[in-house]
Amino acid sequence: MTEFDWTAVTNNLPFLMQGLFLTFQLTILAMVGGILLGTVLAILRLSAPAPVPQLIAGYVNGLRAMPLILVIFWFYLLVPLALGRPVGAFPSALIAFTLFEAAYYSEIIRAGIQGVARGQLQAALASGLSYAQAMRYIVLPQAFRAMLPILLTQSIILFQDTSLVYVVGLRDFLTAANIVASRDQRPVEMYLFIAAVYLVLCAGGSFAVRRLQRRLAR
Amino acid sequence: MIEMHEVDKWYGTHNVLKRCTTHVAKGEVVVVCGPSGSGKSTLIKTVNGLEPFQGGRITVDGQAVTTSGRDLTRLRARIGMVFQSFELYPHMTVLDNVCLAQTVVLKRPRSEAEAKTEALLRRVGMIDHARKHPGQLSGGQQQRVAIARALAMDPIAMLFDEPTSALDPEMINEVLDVMTELALEGMTMMVVTHEMGFARRVAHRVVFMDDGQIVEDRSKDAFFDHPETDRAQLFLSKILHH
Ligand SMILES: Nc1ncnc2c1ncn2[C@@H]1O[C@H](COP(=O)(O)OP(=O)(O)O)[C@@H](O)[C@H]1O
Ligand SMILES: [Mg+2]
Repeated sequence: MTEFDWTAVTNNLPFLMQGLFLTFQLTILAMVGGILLGTVLAILRLSAPAPVPQLIAGYVNGLRAMPLILVIFWFYLLVPLALGRPVGAFPSALIAFTLFEAAYYSEIIRAGIQGVARGQLQAALASGLSYAQAMRYIVLPQAFRAMLPILLTQSIILFQDTSLVYVVGLRDFLTAANIVASRDQRPVEMYLFIAAVYLVLCAGGSFAVRRLQRRLAR
Repeated sequence: MIEMHEVDKWYGTHNVLKRCTTHVAKGEVVVVCGPSGSGKSTLIKTVNGLEPFQGGRITVDGQAVTTSGRDLTRLRARIGMVFQSFELYPHMTVLDNVCLAQTVVLKRPRSEAEAKTEALLRRVGMIDHARKHPGQLSGGQQQRVAIARALAMDPIAMLFDEPTSALDPEMINEVLDVMTELALEGMTMMVVTHEMGFARRVAHRVVFMDDGQIVEDRSKDAFFDHPETDRAQLFLSKILHH
């Protein structure tokens, strides 16, 4: 057995970091967009007149039934067609992730809103707040507080899922590592390295979630 | 001040309010009582449109209670409501609980809202707890804050839905005292309660409900001394002898 040789990793660090940066960029933008859109979907599903809730339920269940990789690929093909011009792999992937994650986030947020005691909404409305104000000041802050751990867990899954963007030719962290590994013929070191990075980031995230959970439980 | 005329409400096929007619004059205190499930909470929540109703008419200060829209929101801001389970906002301090609707709905400047809040908290004996969260307070303390929160909007009438039912016995009086004081100052009040002592001391009229109907609606003395219906007699004998 040959010795470990980490130069493949160290020599290519800038390239790998570019991949990691893209992974983070996609994760954070899709997380913010997904949570915002998911909140709107959840509120509409709970309070809009028919047929809006039914349409949203169809959207949510439809997307959740589909493999993410298909959705990414689909948007890569569809978004340029819909807009009539090319948009590039990153925007199309970002749109795909945002819409896909919104389906999951909206279910989490819907449960969170329903978990806030009904009397809280009534008390807010009784004091003269509009429905939107009651949501903003009373219901959503409580719902998000309760949901934070689940939302973050979902975001860690999102972080891992971003590696699927290789199908549209984007170089996320994992894809960048793949390229280096096959070019420099040092797959073992490379995959050990990226496994370690994913492990540290995800374990760190999970640890933060558990701490947060404990703090909120007090 | 509050006029209810033949109010009808259904949950599906279940007729929970049956042609309920009553009123609360300005400065009057009306106690609503009756067995559990008779529709008291539903009735009082129709007054500020928290519960929609299908038939009849309700007006407050001459304004019709609609089912939605800006007019209803504006009307609600003028009617205070106190709930059985307090419903203070757990993520806010006592101060913010009382300030919120003042700043958001009435657009009072924060300093003015805080001054008003402090005066009211002092009045209900809660000024020392202004920076606490509701979870740190006893039930009686929370309910007094909830009353201050409602009063902060300068309401033209107050609705109470069993304000002491969730309290430990030793805390009931601290809340009833605040309510009594409010009544003596001439506040228009509609109070769902089983506290017959309070009703005897403070109420002008008593409305007795059973099975979605207003069975008796009479002056306090007439109700307590000579309940007309068997149902009211039975209710009174049960509640006074335990
Ligand atoms: N959301 C609801 N759906 C169906 N029935 C309800 C609902 N809320 C209350 N009810 C029914 O309406 C009746 C009156 O309830 P309520 O006004 O809470 O009575 P009370 O306050 O006098 O105990 C009860 O029979 C109750 O079961
Ligand atoms: Mg009730």
